[in-house]
Amino acid sequence: MNPEFEKIVDEADLPVKTKNDLKKHISDHKISEKQFNEIMERIFEEYGKTRIEPCEAVGIIAAQSIGEPGTQMTMRTFHYAGVAEINVTLGLPRLIEIMDARKSPSTPTMTIFLEEDYANNRDRAREVSWQIEAAHLHEFGDIKTDMVDMHVEVVLNKDVCKKRKISVDEIMERAPKKIRDRGHYRDFESEADPDHLKLFFYPKDMESYQNLFTLAEHVRNVIVQGIDDIERVVVRKENGEYILYTEGSNLKGVFEVEGVDTSRTRTNNIAEISEVLGIEAGRNAIIDEALSTLREQGIEVDVRHIMLVADMMCMEGEVKQIGRHGIAGEKESVLSRAAFEVTVNHLLDAAVANEEDILEGVTENVIVGQPIQLGTGDVKLIAKRTS
Amino acid sequence: MSTKFSVIGHMMVPDHQIMSVEEVDDLLTSYKITRDQLPKVYHDDPSVKEIGAKINDVIRIVRNSQTAGRAEAYRQVVKRPKK
Repeated sequence: MNPEFEKIVDEADLPVKTKNDLKKHISDHKISEKQFNEIMERIFEEYGKTRIEPCEAVGIIAAQSIGEPGTQMTMRTFHYAGVAEINVTLGLPRLIEIMDARKSPSTPTMTIFLEEDYANNRDRAREVSWQIEAAHLHEFGDIKTDMVDMHVEVVLNKDVCKKRKISVDEIMERAPKKIRDRGHYRDFESEADPDHLKLFFYPKDMESYQNLFTLAEHVRNVIVQGIDDIERVVVRKENGEYILYTEGSNLKGVFEVEGVDTSRTRTNNIAEISEVLGIEAGRNAIIDEALSTLREQGIEVDVRHIMLVADMMCMEGEVKQIGRHGIAGEKESVLSRAAFEVTVNHLLDAAVANEEDILEGVTENVIVGQPIQLGTGDVKLIAKRTS
Repeated sequence: MSTKFSVIGHMMVPDHQIMSVEEVDDLLTSYKITRDQLPKVYHDDPSVKEIGAKINDVIRIVRNSQTAGRAEAYRQVVKRPKK
């Protein structure tokens, strides 16, 4: 391509993507300067047309563009989302979940990518999955409740421990500690016998069988390996590499596991992403999740609408829901807030606080019957008569 | 947290840069806005902590936009309000 043309393209006031496309298209053609100028002119014209016009009500267009296709979504679905046997909420419930900025989704799940050495080796991928999947003590051996001597006896299975790459000592140390810390149950004493692979638990109150059974239940379900919130891990091969899919989500915990690719691993819990990776990552997560939820249902919504929604939700530095506890509830105008939900409360509070409404927004002006500041309503034109 | 982990290195986190005072002034005059009209980011946001920005700094975020290819956004660092 003519270097002069390239320079003009590079300096033009156009988006990077348009520039790259343009360069790609004209690089393998012979173009005269006149033709090039015409091309540039036409591109500026077309680009001008794609831009949003001043005073356009973009928010309302976004709401309609997402809302209408939303009516065609499945009301209630609990799909096994194609991905292994992991259950993921999809369709309308998921979309509502995203827009409501819930603290945790109803079916949290993670997609864990592995580092190169682990991603190509099934056994090593499996090893990583054991470090992540929460395993209860009863998976590592037999648990007996001795009602005569009033104690709980755990006999560990050495083969299982070896297979899952955890030492017997580690389990013996971790189990009583975890019952105290995570289970919040402290009325017991424990004793380890590593030579016979045995672990004993004695309740403090030797008289009550109830205590013995509560203790046995805690011992059975204490998590000795893996990350507490991750209930299940499925290893799958996709595009030539092993990927872990999980039920349950704990981004911070998983990042600490060896072999996990910390640059690609993700979760569907938006609140968690914005906490661990920051608000910008949260914005990206909202866009990705909303888009994939809509796509999965065969609905094509322009990204710009979703980007606008995500931008609004992340404006203030944290993910805010759309609705009365978030964006709609924090509007400046009293009338605008009252028009949305819980009208009386807003009016009453505003009256008590002696609030004022300066009638700048759209809703307030519709209520009082004035022209709104949108479209032609925002333009003031004074014509000078020539005669 | 392991030593190799970096917030900026994650696929979902766009590039963050602290802007100089002159850049901020140019930005505000070109858009005809005041500082508090900028979107915000909390001072304890992981990406803000990683680049070492202070309260009242303005951060330039270079996003990989799906429409434009590359888009710049700006956020002002503010203190996280107490609940």
